[in-house]
Amino acid sequence: MLPKKVKKRASLLVVFLSISVIGVILILSALNKNLLYFNSPTDIKINQDIDFNKRIRVGGMVKKNTLKIKDQEIRFIITDFKNEIKVSFKGTIPNLFAEGKGVVAEGKLQDKKFFIADRILAKHDENYMPPELKNMMKEDVK
Amino acid sequence: MFNFINNSNIFIWIERLTNFINSIFFVLLLAALSFALILSPPDYLQGDSVRIMYVHVPAAWIGLASFTCIAFMSIVNFIFKIKYLTLITKSIAPIGLMFTCIAIVTGSIWGQPTWGTFWVWDARITSMSILALFYVMFIAIQKLISEEDRANKISSLIAAVGLINIPIIKYSVEWWSTLHQPASIKISGSSTIHSSMLTPLLLMFLVLILYCALIFLMKYKTEIIRIKKKNLKRYD
Repeated sequence: MLPKKVKKRASLLVVFLSISVIGVILILSALNKNLLYFNSPTDIKINQDIDFNKRIRVGGMVKKNTLKIKDQEIRFIITDFKNEIKVSFKGTIPNLFAEGKGVVAEGKLQDKKFFIADRILAKHDENYMPPELKNMMKEDVK
Repeated sequence: MFNFINNSNIFIWIERLTNFINSIFFVLLLAALSFALILSPPDYLQGDSVRIMYVHVPAAWIGLASFTCIAFMSIVNFIFKIKYLTLITKSIAPIGLMFTCIAIVTGSIWGQPTWGTFWVWDARITSMSILALFYVMFIAIQKLISEEDRANKISSLIAAVGLINIPIIKYSVEWWSTLHQPASIKISGSSTIHSSMLTPLLLMFLVLILYCALIFLMKYKTEIIRIKKKNLKRYD
């Protein structure tokens, strides 16, 4: 049998920990929406009460063959393969920004289908491979 | 176990282990660095900035693993009052803090060329910063509260609370949309990192783990000496 003191400390710790776990879960569930770093086009479509004056972030893939550069303006479509949103942007883009790659755009919604970004971040995926392999994969696709 | 620690044999064992690690460390370091910097290919997309990952990922792993160790030992220590566990947690904490900071800094250096920003407040990066704060709290309490019994109690509780943060860090990239990419190496299933890049990553991890072991043994030795000195004073 364990001594009484040890039991007392163990139960104290269990109570303390369960209170903190519940606290953390409550905080996280309260923050839920705010913890998302960006919204997908589907989120925006579903969301009923969008504040069009608030800065938000939209994330997804740059849809292939939609990237157009005209004068200073860059236009492309962000897609999550279910819904799409058109984006217009003026400024510098990160190196990894390309068609078919992940992107997070920061700015304001004009309406549910059109977004004016003032900052573009490239989202890198979890795939790492040497360039030769990538070329081989491309040839396979062809 | 307690006898083993109190026994002066511990110094001999620390000495032997340190010598053993020293004898293989530089060879492994050279091998790992040459794999990471020269022999491994650049990434198809990010080019040479992928090499930052070979430090970033192991550092983050070590930061997380050390805190998990500290937290579990603290819990056992809180309940059963085992003195030498305090010495071990105290010795691990600065190492964990250092590697957590390395992970954050290298990540930020990597973020600039690839994402286009040094810092964002997404779930992964924020929870990792909170981990660093937990380390700072843990260490600060050990330093600030001179009464050792109380310091141990409070820091143990802090470590136990900090343990909740560990799964949050691990799964933040899956639960919430983050700018940080999800894990490439999965416990189950195939990893999405090419084997030519996995080799330097695992080698660097081994080297950094050995480095941690070296620092830990040195710190642990000084902690034991400190305790012994204190006990000697008591009989004066």
